[in-house]
Amino acid sequence: MALDKNQIAKRIAKELKHNYYVNLGIGIPTLVANYIPEGIDVEFQSENGILGMGPFPFEGDEDADLINAGKQTITTLPGASFFDSAFSFGMIRGQHVDLTILGAMEVAENGDIANWKIPGKMVKGMGGAMDLVASAENIIVAMMHVNKAGESKILKKCTLPLTGVGCVKKVVTELAVMEITPQGFKLLERAPGVTVEHIVASTEADLIIEGEIPEMIID
Amino acid sequence: MINKKVNNVQDALQGIENGMTIMLGGFGLCGIPENSIAELVKKETTDLTCISNNAGVDDFGLGLLLQKRQIKKMISSYVGENVEFERQMLSGELEVDLIPQGTLAERCRAAQAGIPAFFTPAGYGTEVAEGKEVREFNGKMHVMEHAFKADFAIVKAWKGDEAGNLIFKGTARNFNPCMAGAAKITIAEVEELLPAGSLDPNEIHIPGILVNRIFQGGKYEKRIEQRTVRKIF
Repeated sequence: MALDKNQIAKRIAKELKHNYYVNLGIGIPTLVANYIPEGIDVEFQSENGILGMGPFPFEGDEDADLINAGKQTITTLPGASFFDSAFSFGMIRGQHVDLTILGAMEVAENGDIANWKIPGKMVKGMGGAMDLVASAENIIVAMMHVNKAGESKILKKCTLPLTGVGCVKKVVTELAVMEITPQGFKLLERAPGVTVEHIVASTEADLIIEGEIPEMIID
Repeated sequence: MINKKVNNVQDALQGIENGMTIMLGGFGLCGIPENSIAELVKKETTDLTCISNNAGVDDFGLGLLLQKRQIKKMISSYVGENVEFERQMLSGELEVDLIPQGTLAERCRAAQAGIPAFFTPAGYGTEVAEGKEVREFNGKMHVMEHAFKADFAIVKAWKGDEAGNLIFKGTARNFNPCMAGAAKITIAEVEELLPAGSLDPNEIHIPGILVNRIFQGGKYEKRIEQRTVRKIF
């Protein structure tokens, strides 16, 4: 069975390590905060100027002066701090944030990522995505392996305008966990019940497959 | 004490003319200079180039200036959630320059700090880098970006004093401190304007030297763009 969005987020949450500062993008990455493994302390950074972001407020506690990069109302956790936008991106470019998790429309085997623009459609802008992907040492992409038409988004070469070049390290999709190596995509894990053949047929890029590919452990 | 206080928004916005370039603080609708935007609508100033991370929503924030076609060009990082913006952009009425958010912030900071240009890795290898100088530092490619040049910066703070010192609240800080002092004239509107000496110098985020005019805003709606709450189980 292919994973749903929450299961993708659960699998990515297993990549969190103790004392990591983490930036979560909009969409599936935001859900990762719901599945932090037991015994692991992390702090979430949001590029609009907060470290130590907490969950959404209870109704009635919303504060217009306290939002995340998706413009949603949030709360703070003990140890939180606020800072301005230049400082926030200084912290990102300076590689003080340990892990960046973001969504993508396409990823290529050389680590290129496209996630901000579809020619001919309304362009909303890249927000902080270009700064994040160009700066972070450790980037995990949460995305769908194939689009609604069944076409692969895991490619030899991106077709959409790029957000960054040679930057993605790991990709988690509804079908698989893949690592990007100097030789290209390496298949690490498959979704429960999904065959290697199915993943290969759903992937335009070549996959490096070594030995038995284990099933992901979600729970 | 050098007194930066002006009596009202009309006095604060003196000298803003058609065709000027204006920086406006805020992220989404959080920390935007609401009173100054309302006054710009009233003044009917047109052909403005606005440097602001976002473009508001249809009926609030910079969306109010878009509705009246007062903006010629927007320089932003993200401009979703605005139907009128989309219409003007697709019809070619509105010029739009989209730049990475960190680059936008740093171009403000550079203008504030007297740095004419800088190198950033953001956008290398993408269309953002087209036509720009690129250079390798420590084995990594970077793109040269320039400081902004603007006529006015309009920022919003939580508390201020008559000396122009500013304190921000929560994530309403965002671009506001980066824009203070980044234009020829900086206007600060604050929720609460206090006499000099009322704020603890240890707690001031932006010193008054970067602010030319300060006034207390008449009212703040502080609209929330994405009200999101936790379920109580």
